[in-house]
Amino acid sequence: MTTLSNRRGWGFWLQLGFTLLVCALMTVPVVMSMLAGLTANYFVGLKSGLTLRWVEEVWRVYAGTILLSLQVAVACLACTLALGVPTAYALARRPGRFARLAEELLMMPVAIPGLATALALIVTYGGIGDLRSSWLFILIGHVLFTLPFMVRAVLAVMASTDLKTLEEGAASLGAGFLRRFLTIVLPNCRSGILAGSLMVLTLSVGEFNLTWLLHTPLTKTLPVGLADAYASLRIEIGSAYTLLFFLMIVPGLILLQALARRGRPDA
Amino acid sequence: MSACTGIAATRSPARSPVRSRGRPSSPAGHAPLRLAALLAPAAAVFAAFFLLPLVRLIAIGAGGAEGWGAYLATLTDPGHLDSLVSTLALSAGVTVATLAIATVAGLFLVRHRFPGHALLVALLTFPLAFPGAVIGFMVIMLAGRQGLIGTVTQALTGGRLVFAYSMAGLFLGYVYFSIPRVILTVMAAAEKLDPRLEEAARSLGAPPWRVAADVILPALKPALISAGALCFATAMGAFGTAFTLATRINVLPMTIYTEFTLQANIAAAAALSVLLGLITWAALALARSAAGGSVAAAG
Repeated sequence: MTTLSNRRGWGFWLQLGFTLLVCALMTVPVVMSMLAGLTANYFVGLKSGLTLRWVEEVWRVYAGTILLSLQVAVACLACTLALGVPTAYALARRPGRFARLAEELLMMPVAIPGLATALALIVTYGGIGDLRSSWLFILIGHVLFTLPFMVRAVLAVMASTDLKTLEEGAASLGAGFLRRFLTIVLPNCRSGILAGSLMVLTLSVGEFNLTWLLHTPLTKTLPVGLADAYASLRIEIGSAYTLLFFLMIVPGLILLQALARRGRPDA
Repeated sequence: MSACTGIAATRSPARSPVRSRGRPSSPAGHAPLRLAALLAPAAAVFAAFFLLPLVRLIAIGAGGAEGWGAYLATLTDPGHLDSLVSTLALSAGVTVATLAIATVAGLFLVRHRFPGHALLVALLTFPLAFPGAVIGFMVIMLAGRQGLIGTVTQALTGGRLVFAYSMAGLFLGYVYFSIPRVILTVMAAAEKLDPRLEEAARSLGAPPWRVAADVILPALKPALISAGALCFATAMGAFGTAFTLATRINVLPMTIYTEFTLQANIAAAAALSVLLGLITWAALALARSAAGGSVAAAG
C-alpha cells in the first residue's frame, strides 16, 4: 500500500473521474432495467408508479425456465465436482508436460465458441434416442463448458498447498488413500472447491451460447427465456425477468468476490 | 482400485526405511495407475462429448460435394468473407478499447485507496457473469429506442441518438462484457508490481508518462496480452448479444446460426464453426506462448 494518496494532483481527480464514468457505464443500465421491471409503464416513466405486476407475470409465464435452470445448474455442479476434483488432484500430483497438455485440452470448450461446441454435439448426438429433447442434452454442454473452471479453481489451491507432505504424514500413520483423500486432501482445498462451485453455478445459470442451440421448446432455460422475452414482449417484462435473473446470480457473485478478497494476503 | 491401492501402500515412501536419498521421493500414494483411474471419468466424458463431436463437425464441414475444398470455398464466398472480416475488425477494436479503459481504471484502483474503493471495485466487476443476451439488453437500455443516450441527446440536441441495433451497439456490448474481466486481470498484475522500480525511475527524473510507458506498461505486458486475447476470442465467438440486438448484424456467429437454422446448410455452418474455433483457439494459444507460461484464462 505504498500509494501516493497524500499527493493528489489533477491526475488523481482525472483518473477518479474516468473510473467513475466507467463504473456508471457498468451500473446505470443495470439500475435502469431493474427499475423498468418495477415500473407500471416504462414509456410514461417512474411517475406511473411502481408495481410487482410484471414480476408476477414473468413468474407465471417463465417459472418453468427458472426451475429448469436451477435443476441444470445443480446437476452440472454435481457432475463437475465428481469429475473435476479427482482430475485436479491427479494433475496436481503429477505436474509436468502431460498435466499441462491435459489442462490445455480441458480448456478447449472455453476457447472454442459455444456455438461450435453445440453444433458438434447436435450433429453427433442429436439423432440418438430422446437425448435431443431431454434436458440432459443441455447438461452435457454445460458440464463441458464449466468443468475447466472447477478444475482450475481446485488445482490452484492444491498447487499452493503442500499436499505431498501432508499426505505422507497421514500415510506414515497408516491412512489409506481413500481416507487421506477424504480427510486430508478435500478439507485442504475447501476454498478452491467453494470458489469453483460458485463459478460453475453462476456460469451454468447464465450460459446462453451453447444453450440456445441445444434447447428445445420444452427445455428452455432462463437465458433462453430471457432472449425470448427481449425479442417479443414489452420492455417491462424483459426487465422484470432480468431482475429475477440478477436476484439469482448476484448472491453467488458477491460470495465469489468475498472469497477472492480473503484469498489475497494483502487486502 | 483396491489392487492399485495395495501397490501404493507398499511403495509408499513413509514405509520404506530408505527415504531421503537424493532421488526425488515418490509422494505418498503416487501410484500412476491410481492417478490414471482418477482422471479416467473426466477423460471419458471429454472424449465422448467433446473430442468425438469436434472430429465429426470437422468431417461434416468437408462432407459436401467439394470435400475438403469446402473449407476454402466457405472462405471465398463473398458473404462469408465479409462477415469474417467485419467480425475480426470488431473484435480487434473491442480488444483495444477494453484494454485502454481497463488499464487506466485498474491501475488507478490499485494505486489509490479512498473511501468507497471496495464498492467501486465490486460495482465494476460484478457484470462478470452476465450472459450475452443480458448484455444485449443492457445495450438496449443505454442506446436503444427508449434508451438513456437517446433521451439525453434528445434533450440536448433535439435529435435522438439510437445505435443499439447495429455494429456500434454490438461494440458497446462487447466492451461492456469485457471490462470486468480485464480490470480484474490488470489489478491482479498491478498488485505484483515492484514500487521500487517506479521510485527509481522517478528519482532519475522521469516524468509520469515515461514511468508509465517504460516501467509500468512493460511490467503489465503479459497480463495485458492474456486479457486481450481472451477479450478478442470472446468477441469473435459471442452470440447472445448479437442475437438480442439484431439478427441482421453481420458477424460470424450470426452467419453460422443463420446457415444452420434458416438455410439448413449444415456443411457450411460446420465449416464456419471450425474456422471460428480455430481462430479463437489460436488467439489464446498465441497469447499464451507470447506472454509466457503464467497466462491463464481470467475465469
